[in-house]
Amino acid sequence: MSKETHKLEHIRNFAIIAHIDHGKSTLADRLIQTCGGVEERELEEQMLDNMDIERERGITIKAQTVRLRYTAKDGIDYQLNLMDTPGHVDFAYEVSRSLAACEGSVLVVDSTQGVEAQTLANVYQALDNDHEIVTAINKIDLPAADPESVKREVEDVIGLDCSEAVECSGKSGIGIDNLLEAIVKQLPPPREGDADAPTQALLVDSWYDAYLGVVILVRVMHGHLTKGQKVKFMNTGAERIIDRVGIFTPKHVITDILGPGEMGFITAGIKEISETQVGDTITDFKRPCAKALAGFKPSVPMVFCSLFPVDSSEFDKLRDSLGKLALNDASLHYEMESSQALGLGFRCGFLGLLHMEIIQERLEREFDLDLIPTAPSVVYHIYKTDGTMEELYNPADMPDVVKIDHIEEPWIKATILTPDEFLGNLLQLCQERRGEQIDLTYAGGRAMLTYRLPLNEVVFDFYDRLKSISRGYASFDYELDGYGENDLVKMEIRVNQEPVDALAMIVHRSVTETRGRALCKRLKELIPRQMFKIAIQAAIGGKVIAAEHLSALRKDVTAKCYGGDVSRKRKLLEKQKKGKKKMREYGNVQIPQSAFINALKMGDDH
Amino acid sequence: MLPDINNTPLALYVHWPYCLSKCPYCDFNSHVSDSVDVESFATAYKKELDFYAEATTHRPLHSIFFGGGTPSLMPPHLVKSIIDHAESLFGLEQGCEITLEANPTSFEVDKFKAFKDGGVNRVSLGVQSLYADDLAFLGRQHSADDAIAAITAAQQIFERFSFDLIYARPEQTPAKWQDELKQALDYGTKHLSLYQLTIEQGTAFYTRHKRGDFRLPDEFLAADMYELTQSLTASYGLPSYETSNHAAMGEESRHNLVYWRYFDYLGIGPGAHGRYTNHEGVKVASRTHLAPEKWLALCANNPHGAHPFEIINTEESFTEAVMMGLRLKEGINLSGLAQRLGVTWDEQINRDKIDMLIREDLLTFDADTQIRATNSGALCINSLLNILLN
Ligand SMILES: Nc1nc2c(ncn2[C@@H]2O[C@H](COP(=O)(O)OP(=O)(O)O)[C@@H](O)[C@H]2O)c(=O)[nH]1
Ligand SMILES: C[S@@+](CC[C@H](N)C(=O)[O-])C[C@H]1O[C@@H](n2cnc3c(N)ncnc32)[C@H](O)[C@@H]1O
Ligand code: SF4
Ligand SMILES: [Mg+2]
Repeated sequence: MSKETHKLEHIRNFAIIAHIDHGKSTLADRLIQTCGGVEERELEEQMLDNMDIERERGITIKAQTVRLRYTAKDGIDYQLNLMDTPGHVDFAYEVSRSLAACEGSVLVVDSTQGVEAQTLANVYQALDNDHEIVTAINKIDLPAADPESVKREVEDVIGLDCSEAVECSGKSGIGIDNLLEAIVKQLPPPREGDADAPTQALLVDSWYDAYLGVVILVRVMHGHLTKGQKVKFMNTGAERIIDRVGIFTPKHVITDILGPGEMGFITAGIKEISETQVGDTITDFKRPCAKALAGFKPSVPMVFCSLFPVDSSEFDKLRDSLGKLALNDASLHYEMESSQALGLGFRCGFLGLLHMEIIQERLEREFDLDLIPTAPSVVYHIYKTDGTMEELYNPADMPDVVKIDHIEEPWIKATILTPDEFLGNLLQLCQERRGEQIDLTYAGGRAMLTYRLPLNEVVFDFYDRLKSISRGYASFDYELDGYGENDLVKMEIRVNQEPVDALAMIVHRSVTETRGRALCKRLKELIPRQMFKIAIQAAIGGKVIAAEHLSALRKDVTAKCYGGDVSRKRKLLEKQKKGKKKMREYGNVQIPQSAFINALKMGDDH
Repeated sequence: MLPDINNTPLALYVHWPYCLSKCPYCDFNSHVSDSVDVESFATAYKKELDFYAEATTHRPLHSIFFGGGTPSLMPPHLVKSIIDHAESLFGLEQGCEITLEANPTSFEVDKFKAFKDGGVNRVSLGVQSLYADDLAFLGRQHSADDAIAAITAAQQIFERFSFDLIYARPEQTPAKWQDELKQALDYGTKHLSLYQLTIEQGTAFYTRHKRGDFRLPDEFLAADMYELTQSLTASYGLPSYETSNHAAMGEESRHNLVYWRYFDYLGIGPGAHGRYTNHEGVKVASRTHLAPEKWLALCANNPHGAHPFEIINTEESFTEAVMMGLRLKEGINLSGLAQRLGVTWDEQINRDKIDMLIREDLLTFDADTQIRATNSGALCINSLLNILLN
C-alpha cells in the first residue's frame, strides 16, 4: 500500500517559540509569505492570529499550524509544518502540546531585549520534548538591536550554542532565507514513520468551525489518514468515517490524504463536543495499532472563578458554550455549581487571569451570554477541627471559622528576569506579596530572581504590576510549588449591610486593611449613585475594617412630559426593567454587573 | 365593576406639524414647509374626528388643545372649523378649555383675535427666555421685545393664558435664573410651564452637546435651580402642581390634567397620541403617522392616519397612570385609580417598596390612599418610578 505523501526525510515539523512580543507571529507570517502560502494581497497582518480577540489583543492564544513548501538550496522540495505557539505564561500548556507534535523548534529572541523568563521556560519545554533548536535572533532591523550580546546571553543563560544562530527580521524580511535553510539543515525529519504500519495519529487540537463542524488537527505518526476511512479514537472509543482530510496553507486545502510524519486536519462528521479529546490517538478501525500514544499531561488549572448566567434561563446555553470552548481549549476546566445567591452556574478553572478574562470575553462575545463572574480565587485547603480537609473554591462557601483548624494555600515558584535597574522595586513587590526569596543571580547585565509566592497574591494583578514597575522589561514565569499554612481570613464586601457574594475573597490577615480599603474605594467609583446613601464596607468575621459612603443622587433629568406620549415613557421604563436583569440588588442598591468585574481589576492603588 | 366611563372627562389633542424654522433643541414632530395644503388638512382632521367619535363612547369634550409644531401658524378658519366639527360630533362641556400653542412672533400675535373668535379661550406662548442672548442660543425667531408684546397681547385678548420658559441652560447661574423668573412672574400670569433644557436625540443640540460645544449645568446646579423655581413660584402664588407646571389655584391646565390623571384623550393630526376607552371598555392607544404627507395620504384613503391600534392591558394602564400621576403634586389616590382601571393596587406595587421609599423620605402615603412624591422624590422622579414600578 503506497500512497503519494511526502518522503519522511523531506518533512520538517517545528514550533516557533518565544517570549511574548519577540516577534513569533510576525516571523511566522513572513515564512508563510516567503514560501508562497498566501498571495501578497491576501496578507493580513498577523495571519495566524485568527480569533478576533487574538487580533485585538495582539496575542496568540491558540497554536496554529500551517504547511509550507520550501525549495531548498539543495534543490529539494521540503514540506515544512509550522506551529505558532502562544507566548503568555497563562498559555504554557498550549505550548507544551504543540511541542509534542514536532521534532524541532525555532527559538525567537528579540535582539533588542535578550533572554526573558518565557524564553527560558519554552526552551526547557522544547528540550523536554527532545527538540533540536534553531535560534533566530530577531528584529535586527531595529537600531537598538544588539545581536552579538544577545547571542552571548543565549549561550550564557540558556547554554545553547549560537554559532549557527540566524540573524533576521520578521518585519523587514532580512535573513529569512537563511532561517529557512537553517530549519531544513539543523532540524531533523520525523524520527519514525512507517507508511505500511497501522494508522497511528495524535489528536493535537480540535475546535469548532462554523462551516466544517468540529475540526481536528492531527499529526500522523504511522500509516495514513484518508477520506472515507473508518477510524477509531482510542481513548474515547468513538468510531467515525473521515469525511475531509486537508491542510492549512493557512487557508484550508483538501488533500484527501495525510501520510506518516505529516500534519493536517480531518473532519469526521463530529458534532458533539465531548467526542474528541486532545492527546487522543486516532487509528484505523479495521487494522488498529497496537498501542496508543502517550498523549498529553492534563493541564493544571491555577485560578478559579464561578460563572453564573445573569438570566437563569440561560444556564443550558452557558453549559453548551463552555463545552464548545473547552473543546477548543483543553486547559479550560468546568463543573456545575449552585450558589444560594447566584443560582446555577459553573465553577471554572483557568491557567491564569488572562486566560480567565479571555474565556469570559469569548462567552459574552461569541455566545452572546451575560455573565456574573465571581472574584478569581485559588483552591484553599481548609483543615477542620474534626480532622477532615475540604477544598475551598469559592470564598463565599467558607465554613464557619469555629470549625476551622487551619487553612493552607497554594504556593508557586516564580522566576523573574529583569534588567538590574528594576531589581529593587521588584524585590519590594515580591516582599509586599508575602514572597520568600530563594535565589538571586546575575547573568549578562540582568538579574534572575527566584521567589516563592502565594499564588493568591499573584492571581490578581501581579503580572501587570511587574510590567509597570519594570517599564515592561521584566519577565515572569511560574510553576506550582505545593501548599503551605498561613493566617488567612475571609473578607466580605457589603453594600448597605448586605454581603456581596461575588466579591468575597480570602486574604492574608496582614493585608486585609489595605486590600479592603482599596476595594471599597474602587466600588465607590463604580457603583452609580442612587436615590439613597449607600454604605460600602469591607468586613472580616462581622467586624468592619474599611468603609466608604456613596452620597445620594440629588436629581434626575426631569424631561418635559408633554403631548400624552405615554407609551414611549412606559417602554423606557420597561427597558430599564430589562436592564435590571443585568443588575444585582443588594440592600435595595442596584449594582451593574460590570462594577464587580472592574472592582477586581485593581490598579496601582493597593 | 368599572365605573361609568361617561362620567370621566374626554380631551382632544390636535397636532399641527409646521413651524417657521426648526429649533435646535426640539424633538417634537415639527417640520418646515413653504406650502401647506390647508384644505387637505381640514378634510383629514375632520375624517379622524368622525372616526374617533364612532370609536369612543360619546360624551362632551372636556378640553381641546392645539399643539405643535406651531399651531398659531394655522389659518384661524381652520382652527374654527375643527372646533365646530368637534362640537357637532361630541358636544363641548360647559366652559370647555380650548388652548392653542402660539409662538411670540408679531405675525402670529396679529391672529390672536381671530383665534378667539374661532373659539380658542386660552393660549400657551413659547417664550422660552426673556434674554436676547439666550433666545439666540435657543435658535428662536423672536426677540425679547416680541415675547413681551405677545404676553401683553395674550393677556388683553384671552382670559386665560400661560407661557413656557426653558431653564438650566448652559452658563445659566441660579442668580440669573432668579432674575429672569421674577421678571416673568411680574407679568402677573396665572400659569407657567418651566422646563429644564434637555438634550434630545435627533436634534442639533444633541450633536453639538456631544461634540462639547456647550455644557449643561451639573446635577447639583440643576437641582438648585429646580428648588429655587419651586420656592419662587410658590411665593408668587403659583406653586407647582406638576413637575414642570405652575399655576394659581384653579388655573391649572385642564387639558394636561387629563393626561396626568390618566383620563381619556383623543389625538388627531400627524404624530398625535391618544388613549381612550372603546365600546368594550378596553383602553386603546392610538398613534398617527409622523410625516405630514404620509398622514394626509392615509387619511385621504382611510378613516384615519393612525398606526395599528394597540390595546393597553389593565396592568400597563396602571403603570402608565402611576407614571403620569406621580408627577402631580396632588399625587395619586391608589385605590381609586386601581378601581377605575380594574386592578388591585397592591398586586401591582410592592408594599415593601412603598415603605422603603417612605423611610427614605421620597414618598408619602396619606391614610393609605393618596401617594405623593416628596420634594426630594420629585427631584428624582425617574428613579423613583423605576424603583416603584419595576
Ligand atoms: N522592528 C521590528 N518589529 C518587529 C519585528 N517582528 C515583530 N515586530 C513587532 O513586535 C511586536 C510583537 O510582534 P508579534 O509577532 O506579535 O510577537 P509575538 O507576541 O511573539 O507573536 C509587533 O508590534 C511587531 O510589529 C521585527 O523583525 N522588527
Ligand atoms: C410643543 S413645544 C413648542 C411649542 C411652540 N412651537 C413653541 O416653540 O413655542 C412645547 C414646549 O416644550 C418645551 N421644549 C421643547 N423642547 C424642549 C427641550 N429640549 N428641553 C426643554 N423644553 C423643551 C418648550 O418650552 C416648548 O415651548
Ligand atoms: S420649539 Fe416650537 S417652534 Fe421650535 S421647532 Fe419645536 S415646535 Fe417648532
Ligand atoms: Mg503572536
